[in-house]
Amino acid sequence: MRLFFGSCFTLILAAAIGLGATWVTLTRGVAFGALTIGAWTAWPKSGSVDIDPYARATIARTGELPIGTGDGVAFYARSDDVGNALDGRCTFVISGMTPAARYWTLTLYDGKGRLVANTIDRHGFTSAEIVREAGGRFAINVGPRARPGNWLPSGGIEQFVLVWRLYDTPIGVASLTTKEGPMPAVSRKSCS
Amino acid sequence: MIRLPLWILGALLLGGIVHLSTVLAMPRAATQDAYSRLAQLTPVNAVVPLAAPSAQNTTMPFMDPAFAVVVCRYDLSSGALKLSAPLSQAYTSVTFYTRNSVAYYAINDRAAGRRAIELDLMTPEQHAQMPEEEDVTAADRLIIESPTRRGLIVLRALAPEPNLMVMARRALAGTQCRIEPVPQ
Repeated sequence: MRLFFGSCFTLILAAAIGLGATWVTLTRGVAFGALTIGAWTAWPKSGSVDIDPYARATIARTGELPIGTGDGVAFYARSDDVGNALDGRCTFVISGMTPAARYWTLTLYDGKGRLVANTIDRHGFTSAEIVREAGGRFAINVGPRARPGNWLPSGGIEQFVLVWRLYDTPIGVASLTTKEGPMPAVSRKSCS
Repeated sequence: MIRLPLWILGALLLGGIVHLSTVLAMPRAATQDAYSRLAQLTPVNAVVPLAAPSAQNTTMPFMDPAFAVVVCRYDLSSGALKLSAPLSQAYTSVTFYTRNSVAYYAINDRAAGRRAIELDLMTPEQHAQMPEEEDVTAADRLIIESPTRRGLIVLRALAPEPNLMVMARRALAGTQCRIEPVPQ
């Protein structure tokens, strides 16, 4: 009798542990080989055949197509440089320089990878349309209210995700160091 | 009562096995992966433009709205595939995905060199069966081996500014992907 209860207990606990761990890793998007520069994290191996099983499972579940290594690299940010969550009700400033790339795009999504509705129908910037200061530096305001200059509307949603995609860039799988940056800084200015 | 830690240890080990096997099985079990989503929208071995992502509607999550996208969902069962794509003015890339969304090859316009990207896609068996002299004449064509029989070719053309999207779409409209039946 004790053996029976013991086995039942073990099996139920094992199923809970196993499925729970799978759920947590796949919803959080755990993957190996992350390259983090400031607020930005990329998984360059996810765009090649060296993709790890966790990233494969995550991609299969969400239905996205990772950017191929010969095409470019995608950096994701879910918080600013000091760890504040990217809240659409606050204003954030993205400033600085970007690593070498032929083109880049910056896009704002909600937590599930959908674009966010806004009045001017703007969901991001490309390197060609950004307004720069002298010396090639730039500043982008991300917030719910219109700003002069480079304004990226966040639609006031609770949590947004920024994706910086570098196309045709020397940043590859072979040479991964944080010195490759600099990626632009992300800082929170004010919250309404 | 001395047995309880043993039962828990067993549960942990078993739980680890459950965890690893579910992670490994996920790509096969997923019903909403990119290929399944596109299978509902695209015929096989044909070039289909994807609708631009918007706040209301997106074919796949995390699509780059600055790009025009066309997809060729391929099946190499009846022969190798020939892909030709004209280049747009700004930036064009071609990425090859397996049935399970693994990007196994990607090339951009600069790496491709000329004014058009021309590629032959085949399975390793089809490549091995190719007559040798043909291999020589085909030296200037890029041959790519697909690890899986089915998969996706995704072509992306950048519109550096929103009003250039029409041109990017027009450039990709000339893309062709067709099966060349195996000569017996």
